[in-house]
Amino acid sequence: MTSFAGWQMPLRYGSETAEHLAVRRAAGLFDLSHMGEIAVTGPDAGAALDYALTGQASAVPPGRARYTMICAEDGGVLDDLVVYRQGKQEFLVIANASNTATVSGALTDRAAGYDAAVVDATQDYALIAVQGPAAAGILAPLVQLDPAAGELGAMKYYAGAFGTVAGREAWVARTGYTGEDGFELYCRPRDAEHVWTALAAGGSGAGLVPAGLAARDTLRLEAGMPLYGNELGPDVTPFEAGLGRVVKFDKPGEFVGREALAARASAGSSRHLAGLTIASRRVARHGYPVLADGRTCGTVTSGAPSPTLGVPIAMAYLDRQAASLAGAALAVDIRGEAVPAHLTDLPFYSRRR
Amino acid sequence: MSVPAELHYTPEHEWVSVEGTSASVGITDYAAQQLGDVVFVSLPTPGATVTAGEPCGEVESVKSVSDLYSPVDGEVIEVNGELEDDPSLVNAEPYAAGWMFRVRVAADGNGDAALPTDLLSAAEYEELTKSAG
Repeated sequence: MTSFAGWQMPLRYGSETAEHLAVRRAAGLFDLSHMGEIAVTGPDAGAALDYALTGQASAVPPGRARYTMICAEDGGVLDDLVVYRQGKQEFLVIANASNTATVSGALTDRAAGYDAAVVDATQDYALIAVQGPAAAGILAPLVQLDPAAGELGAMKYYAGAFGTVAGREAWVARTGYTGEDGFELYCRPRDAEHVWTALAAGGSGAGLVPAGLAARDTLRLEAGMPLYGNELGPDVTPFEAGLGRVVKFDKPGEFVGREALAARASAGSSRHLAGLTIASRRVARHGYPVLADGRTCGTVTSGAPSPTLGVPIAMAYLDRQAASLAGAALAVDIRGEAVPAHLTDLPFYSRRR
Repeated sequence: MSVPAELHYTPEHEWVSVEGTSASVGITDYAAQQLGDVVFVSLPTPGATVTAGEPCGEVESVKSVSDLYSPVDGEVIEVNGELEDDPSLVNAEPYAAGWMFRVRVAADGNGDAALPTDLLSAAEYEELTKSAG
């Protein structure tokens, strides 16, 4: 167990490598109840989110989800988010645990003047995820979606519906943070143990294993997904992180950070997020300098041994020059030793579709 | 968590097993569990001189990297080459196949290994890990 943003979190249940590989090959069961859930509801909920976020929430149809960001006036990232549209006037915004209060506060401020209510509902939800190629098959016998939503297996990626899991009410969404197919189940905290136990029992024959934060981190790293605090932060814009697509300049109306983001977009970024493969068994970790011809040209933001690829991988911010030098002789300063590294396209891993 | 009674321990979570003046060294079950899956072990070179309490290698796990401290003074006479191919032995058998290196320690007046006086007994080490939570 480990302390994380005020929560006691399972770092691993057994071997994090085995948990990681189980998600790639079968399925993993995650307790993600630390994630923040912020409900934004009312006749102007979509318009308020359009103003508050970089994305266009009002254009998301009910029953669908979007990956988006909330930025400060200067364009820096306050958090990356998943927004579910649960109904015409009902949105559920999922924030990182360490940012829930910040996001909730910013949404409240930015919704002033709109006919919309912002409520931090984190304590009303447990979040259990089933991730991996076997996830849909494991969940199918346990999940009943509202009739209008159809069958679970036919649910699109980045969609969601109300229903029941093992007989308990839940918002069932086909989303995740592992690079695999999978589902995230938002249920009541008092139902969480029942749901977890039913899933663990129902999925064990299909290879489902409980998986902790350590496996979640290596899974998202292989999938090239950013982690707030590593790749994202108030000093980073979405463009530098390679996620400029989440900024919808063509949406109607004003939004917080538009001016600064437009300036940053047209000026180009001075640094870019890049993937590195390390030619060693030593791991390049957060904060280690990246070298080009012996001179510092960037900093590692996340690094780990990749269980799928069998070599250490890392994401790093590199200055523009280095990022454009495909095949350049790069190295990471691993505690005083310049260890060769190779630029590698992100993501390191993509599932077969 | 296993803490074999016959071994000596350090607060940095190494164990020492002594035969004559040869001291075998590894990391404890507790340390291996705290580190998680070990993916690489950097060991001292045979012939190198190590000093008690000084770093002489590194243990890389999925989540972190930690210094490996020598619990004794002496000359490295052998390292566990198996760890090069299979570092997970450190997790699977921390006190057996996961051993790390052997040191020739100076003899005391009785011909026994002269060990640092601040090494911990199994009971003392177990107490230390409990208070660490």
